Amino acid sequence: MLENLDALLLARIQFAFTVSFHFFFPAFSIGLASYLAVLEGLWLKTGKSVYLDLFKYWLKIFAIAFAMGVVSGIVMSYQFGTNWSVFSDKAGPVIGPLMAYEVLTAFFLEAGFLGVMLFGMNKVGKKLHFAATLMVALGTFVSAFWILSVNSWMQTPTGYFIGENGQFMPGDSWWDIVFNPSFPYRLVHTVMAAYLTTAFVVGAVGAWHLLKDKANPHARTMFSMAMWMAAIVTPLQIFAGDMHGLNTLEHQPAKVMAMEGHYQSHPEGAPLILFGIPDSEAKTVRYAIEIPKASSLILKHDLNAPMAGLDTIPDDEEPPVGVVFWSFRVMVGIGFAMLGIGLWSLWGRVRGRLYDMPWLHRAALLMGPSGFAAVLAGWITTEVGRQPYVIYGVLRTADAASPLDAPAVAASLLAFVLVYFTVFGIGVWYILKLMGKAPHAGEYGVKRGDVGPIRTAGITPGPTQNPGGDETLPTEAPPEKEPV
Amino acid sequence: MDLTVIWAFIIAFAVFAYVVMDGFDLGIGILFPTFNVGRERDRAMNSIAPVWDGNETWLVLGGGGLFAAFPLAYAVILPATYPLIIAMLLGLVFRGVAFEYRWRDPAHQRFWDMAFTGGSFVAALAQGMTLGALLQGIEVEGRAYAGSWWDWLTPYTLLTGLGTVAGYALLGSTWLIWKLDGDEQVHARKLAVRAAIATIVLMGAVSLYNITLNPEYAAHWLSAPEIYWVAPVPVITAIIAFSMLRAITRDRNSKPFWLAIALFFLGMSGLGVTIWPYVVPPGLTIWDAAAPERSQIFMLVGVAITMPLIIAYTVWAYWVFRGKVADEGYH
Repeated sequence: MLENLDALLLARIQFAFTVSFHFFFPAFSIGLASYLAVLEGLWLKTGKSVYLDLFKYWLKIFAIAFAMGVVSGIVMSYQFGTNWSVFSDKAGPVIGPLMAYEVLTAFFLEAGFLGVMLFGMNKVGKKLHFAATLMVALGTFVSAFWILSVNSWMQTPTGYFIGENGQFMPGDSWWDIVFNPSFPYRLVHTVMAAYLTTAFVVGAVGAWHLLKDKANPHARTMFSMAMWMAAIVTPLQIFAGDMHGLNTLEHQPAKVMAMEGHYQSHPEGAPLILFGIPDSEAKTVRYAIEIPKASSLILKHDLNAPMAGLDTIPDDEEPPVGVVFWSFRVMVGIGFAMLGIGLWSLWGRVRGRLYDMPWLHRAALLMGPSGFAAVLAGWITTEVGRQPYVIYGVLRTADAASPLDAPAVAASLLAFVLVYFTVFGIGVWYILKLMGKAPHAGEYGVKRGDVGPIRTAGITPGPTQNPGGDETLPTEAPPEKEPV
Repeated sequence: MDLTVIWAFIIAFAVFAYVVMDGFDLGIGILFPTFNVGRERDRAMNSIAPVWDGNETWLVLGGGGLFAAFPLAYAVILPATYPLIIAMLLGLVFRGVAFEYRWRDPAHQRFWDMAFTGGSFVAALAQGMTLGALLQGIEVEGRAYAGSWWDWLTPYTLLTGLGTVAGYALLGSTWLIWKLDGDEQVHARKLAVRAAIATIVLMGAVSLYNITLNPEYAAHWLSAPEIYWVAPVPVITAIIAFSMLRAITRDRNSKPFWLAIALFFLGMSGLGVTIWPYVVPPGLTIWDAAAPERSQIFMLVGVAITMPLIIAYTVWAYWVFRGKVADEGYH
């Protein structure tokens, strides 16, 4: 029994680890693919080379992030079966087809057009190349659509019945399954989170280069674009998050109780606990700083509305309060910090000094990784908050795991930790190195070594070789011969 | 028409597409240390860089499709082959990132080349051994795997693993005959001859071993009336193998590659005949493991609409990067 418990805990840690690591890459590449499509579209429309330069600058970064996303994603598609085989067997008839649709409509689309996007501009021409970029961007979005439908169904399962063999079976309508009650909210909130994550990365890179040279036109363009996103999308995201929270209150009230730290019911208006230390033993939040009745106001739009607490939930159905309470606050805190940056940039824009505000640039630089922290915290909130269930209210996580021995899972977990930190750590380092180089006129695309007629020694004069090493084309190369 | 049979063929098609398409990518990875540092390695890598990601996606369709269409089989096979699957996934991590990293970090290019080879080899070996573990039979109780976590490791699975490594090397080297020229093509030919011989020998050994594994397997091949249907398979395989060896030494373009694919097709068809109608021998047939009809129909609509499009744009992507790697001016 104890051994089974260990294997279960290890399997949970392994899934949390591999999915958290994986999620960083799509959170970035969903937004970046769209940003690349916008840049290429603007270049085609205006003919301004600054957009093409930025496109090529970010394409190199995209190529690395996308590769990491692909390889860590394949791991996810097999983790269901390797570690959660009971879940796979039971839920397969319902969520399996949604994931098959993700492969058919998203993964093939991304992967099929990626090669042309990365290396094909000179082969297919500008318009077809733009079409390929659009297909990759579309693929990243469609992928989010399906996988969030699957996740949402696990949070708010509808449209199924339990078959004689114990499997979840699809009911009369697939629409009820795909468009389950939490899906629209989760989709909007997550996709906007991905856009903001990318915007703050782009903004930080722009800010970094503005701090070094405030006249750099490429840095100005990307910083300005990112700040527009921060100013416009952050308020929308806060609104969407609020809507998502109300939806959660309706369908998963225990999760909201944990987010709010409401151990006790409040029949005459619940306080909003800003900070405190949840103590699940004593069922209270210690050192709480709270605003009386504010939680009822936010969640029920009525100061005196009664709010049920975790005392109405059986102990063995409570999620771990501390984790959910804190991860939620981290997410919300970052959200408001993002809003602050957005407003600050608007103020700078109004004064016409957007590129001449080193403190804004420093703050934007600091906020570069904030989107990743926010999406991770948000996912911890929603995933830990639905415990102890894997399919909410129906299948417990503890009943879903594979019949594996603890040493097998321990060994694989160790291997994942070592490989992911090394391999993806190095990949992130390469990305940071690329970001550290200033974007410039005549930016190169993704390139592939010293192959091909235009690279042969003798044609390429030695001194024009880029001393950086990984860029082998001369800066004077005529545009039509430039690789993308 | 039985939807479960249709789905068995769709999954088989996805697995075949994966094995052939990522097979040549992995094969190039396996052979990578034999290429000269510099131009030969760069060209070999560049011949697959634009297509490897699409190729690998068939693995996700194979796994995801199995999950969707035969959830019970997915839920039994993966725990039964747990260490192999984890090893394959980690191998594919190293292989996949090497495509990008080796260009980003010239100082450590040799390291990433080694990671490319190691990852490709481990993934290929693990895939072949997983196939072997499935064919040798998986112990099931109720709806779950009931064996230990080392059941997959036997002489037979090592044989199927090595056979797969050799087969992928054959696909990779014949692909390079097609995509390269000059000295590098001569080198690819030499490699292809060796890989072809190894593949043919190991395929034969696995085929003979299969007959001894399970009386039902033997019955599919050796008893009447099946024998009249299946007897031509080894004969055709022998003819294809002979033509392929000839083509490897003479042809300058794609013929050896297509014949290698034909060889794989026959090998997989043979395995299909052997294992039919089981998805997890000896206990679970495809009907035991199949998803309900509503799931099958819903997905079949998706496959019918998307598969022609997927094949069309995949063919287009290959067409864009057609021809010899350097002749066409890769960039």
